[in-house]
Amino acid sequence: MTDAVIGDVAAETPPPSYLGAGHTLLSWLTTTDHKRIAILYAISITFFFFIGGIAIALVRLELMTPQGLFLTSDAYNRLFSLHGIIMVWFFLVPSIPATMGNFLLPLMIGANDVAFPRLNLLSWYLYVLGAAFTIYTLISGGVDTGWTFYAPFSTNYATGYVIAAAAGVFVVGFSSIATGVNFIATAHMLRAPGMTWFRLPLFVWAMYTVSLVMVLATPVLAMSLLLVVVERGFGLPIFDATRGGDPILFQHLFWFYSHPAVYIMILPAMGVVSEVIPCFARRTIFGYTFMVYALIAIAVISFMVWGHHMFVAGQSPLANLVFSFLSFIVAVPSAIKVFNWTATLHRGQITFEAPMLYALGFVGLFTIGGLTGLFLASVPIDIHATDSYFVIAHFHFVMVGGTVSAYMAGLHFWWPKITGRMYSEAWARFAAITTFLGFNATFMPQFVMGWNGMPRRYHHYPDIFQAWHVMSSVGALILAVAYVLPLVYFGWSLLYGRRAPANPWNATGLEWQTSSPPPKENFHRIPRIHAGPYRYHASDRLPMADDRTPVRPQGETP
Amino acid sequence: MTTDSFMAVGSDYAGKVDETFWILVIISGLITALVASLIAGFSLRYRRGSNAWRGPFPERVSRDVEIGWTVATLFLFLFIFWWAASNQLAALDVPGNALEIHVVAKQWMWRVQQPGGAREINEIHVPEKVPVRLVMTSEDVIHDLFLPTMRLKQDVLPGRYTFLWFTAIKTGVFHLTCAEYCGTDHSVMAGRLVVMTASDYARWSSAQPEADNLARQGEALFYSLGCSGCHAPTSSVHAPDLHGVYGRAVHLSDGRVVTADEAYLRDSILLPLKDIVVGFAPIMPSFQGVVTEDELVKLIAYLKSLSTSPTLPSTAIEGGRAGTGVKQ
Repeated sequence: MTDAVIGDVAAETPPPSYLGAGHTLLSWLTTTDHKRIAILYAISITFFFFIGGIAIALVRLELMTPQGLFLTSDAYNRLFSLHGIIMVWFFLVPSIPATMGNFLLPLMIGANDVAFPRLNLLSWYLYVLGAAFTIYTLISGGVDTGWTFYAPFSTNYATGYVIAAAAGVFVVGFSSIATGVNFIATAHMLRAPGMTWFRLPLFVWAMYTVSLVMVLATPVLAMSLLLVVVERGFGLPIFDATRGGDPILFQHLFWFYSHPAVYIMILPAMGVVSEVIPCFARRTIFGYTFMVYALIAIAVISFMVWGHHMFVAGQSPLANLVFSFLSFIVAVPSAIKVFNWTATLHRGQITFEAPMLYALGFVGLFTIGGLTGLFLASVPIDIHATDSYFVIAHFHFVMVGGTVSAYMAGLHFWWPKITGRMYSEAWARFAAITTFLGFNATFMPQFVMGWNGMPRRYHHYPDIFQAWHVMSSVGALILAVAYVLPLVYFGWSLLYGRRAPANPWNATGLEWQTSSPPPKENFHRIPRIHAGPYRYHASDRLPMADDRTPVRPQGETP
Repeated sequence: MTTDSFMAVGSDYAGKVDETFWILVIISGLITALVASLIAGFSLRYRRGSNAWRGPFPERVSRDVEIGWTVATLFLFLFIFWWAASNQLAALDVPGNALEIHVVAKQWMWRVQQPGGAREINEIHVPEKVPVRLVMTSEDVIHDLFLPTMRLKQDVLPGRYTFLWFTAIKTGVFHLTCAEYCGTDHSVMAGRLVVMTASDYARWSSAQPEADNLARQGEALFYSLGCSGCHAPTSSVHAPDLHGVYGRAVHLSDGRVVTADEAYLRDSILLPLKDIVVGFAPIMPSFQGVVTEDELVKLIAYLKSLSTSPTLPSTAIEGGRAGTGVKQ
């Protein structure tokens, strides 16, 4: 069947896909097509991923020797601050929702676009405005507060361009809110007939829950940054203790956003992996309803654990105990997800294409990241390990080992759908394996030196940690290669890649039932849904939509 | 003297933390091994084209499996929580006889005042086998005193007092460093924790130049800054009597009842309008910018001495100025 589709493409001139709907720069900058906006986002966040990556590459190089190589302490502090700010707000938070979420959410629920297409374009322009502030900060000399902007350091003592950096993050926060509002409305209003809530693919559930978190948490970030600007710029004492301010109020506000933000970064990753693993295991996802409830539970409980960032900040012992307890509770649904992904492999027909390798790497690294989270949820362990490299390693296992691996899994999985081209499978597998190895080489040594007392954000460090730092820096070099490789073979694929069929992986999702790349309006007619996703078993061969052929096969004129 | 390894076990508490840590390492190692071997095992057995049998998995069994591992995970996590929390709760009680050492942090150094009056920079001398309580504050940004060998860390906040306590069990020189990012030279805001035998400590302490104890220095300030002008019972100004105030419940004019701890005394000196004692007019001026953090430490030490032993500041009773009235 898929061969026939390829044949059609070869035989006739295909109708314009969304990529062919306009070729001018203006057609891209004024587009309201969710698929094109996804591409705009993808280009922007890739740019920032490499800027943030260069910043940390310099840091890792500097840390080769205890006394440093070529940076001043101020320059060092600015580099790690820049790395954090860019990677969190300009890469990780928008990474999966704004690219794959934008592209796939309407396709997966059988809609023509998101609920508010113009708001969607506005969200990208807000991102660009925030990015402009950040680039300005970078060019004019950087910011030295770390990505956390802790007061009163940021309000009264920092020497960098704090207000510009805060403005960038403030504005980009509104772009997340706009995306979140749009996704919530889309999931509620635009599901195709028969697409009930429990027939939604888990990726859609992940987008829905993450949107709720974005909409509810991000305003608090905006408020706390505004307070920093008000104190730094206008002298209003909010956090300044010498004038009656509260020095730890900022941390409560900041983590009230930033702990849910951790889940803003990981929930979409869970969604991607939940699509990829069933496809390459040829097996329905194990425990679909439990997976849905786990997503909802994580989203809800994520709002109640922020205090675990503050066990040593001067919080009361009772508060520490309560936040410790809740942090153990939020780990349960995450553990359930890991078990379910593993059980999905059971009795499958497993193949190991690049997306699957990335997804399996995700499960392994996320497991380690999650388990080390339990260490940090235990108050006595956290007191020793917080603010050390142990914490750095922990959250990089979750956000890089987890989210970035899942982002790469999704990018490879949906690349044929998005671009209409295949990529080099051999190179992609090589990059996936290199990522896994390089990642472990970079961050495993950081667990060891962290527990041994190496504090984070240190330019100079005691000699006994040098061996671990060198190992970590060598690992980072391997990781850098693994991240540059896709840039090369994806670039090659865009120019010379084999044309992709509508459904190269034989996947069952609705997005695979339209052509690759999809037409501007996604579907020729709105599909009617009569089954849930992941119908990979031999016994239920019927696809989830009413036609066995693609809803709008390539070659058919609308 | 060179510093010993970071991970020496400096106290009994540190030993317990290590124990908890290794138990967690073993549990997570087992879970990781389980997940990894399942993934590897399934990947091998159920690779495409293998002969393994692949029937449908009954819905009922799958449901039982889900509930089973959810409950198992929950109980395991609750057990770890209970284990860690009980360790932590046991460490909350500070022994009453703890030696109090004051630490003032600023960009980028640690200033230390021993109870005997000795002052140190980037070094804390403590006796072995005696509970030590650090009372800490910052003059500028948030710092964090990290004692790796004690497995302890506590943020040091501007405008507040925070505390750490430990009983060292091993003599030697250990690391002490700042763990909360505080600007340019954060990474070199480090020093040494010197643990000595009790007799060595006593000898060291008495050999230090400023031998007058903190409470007495505080008493001198109490007069020189003019506090006694109002707070002495003989004064014509209606101000609260400070004798025995430390640790007492204080009724405020807005109805709150607070315990007069270090933080309260500090706020009363710097931000007198924050907590008005019931029955008194808000007439006290702020000493913000007048007293330094080090002087505050001394004043509070003096006020505390008025509670713990009424006879200790002997000059207060003998010196005829106002001291006689302190005792009612």
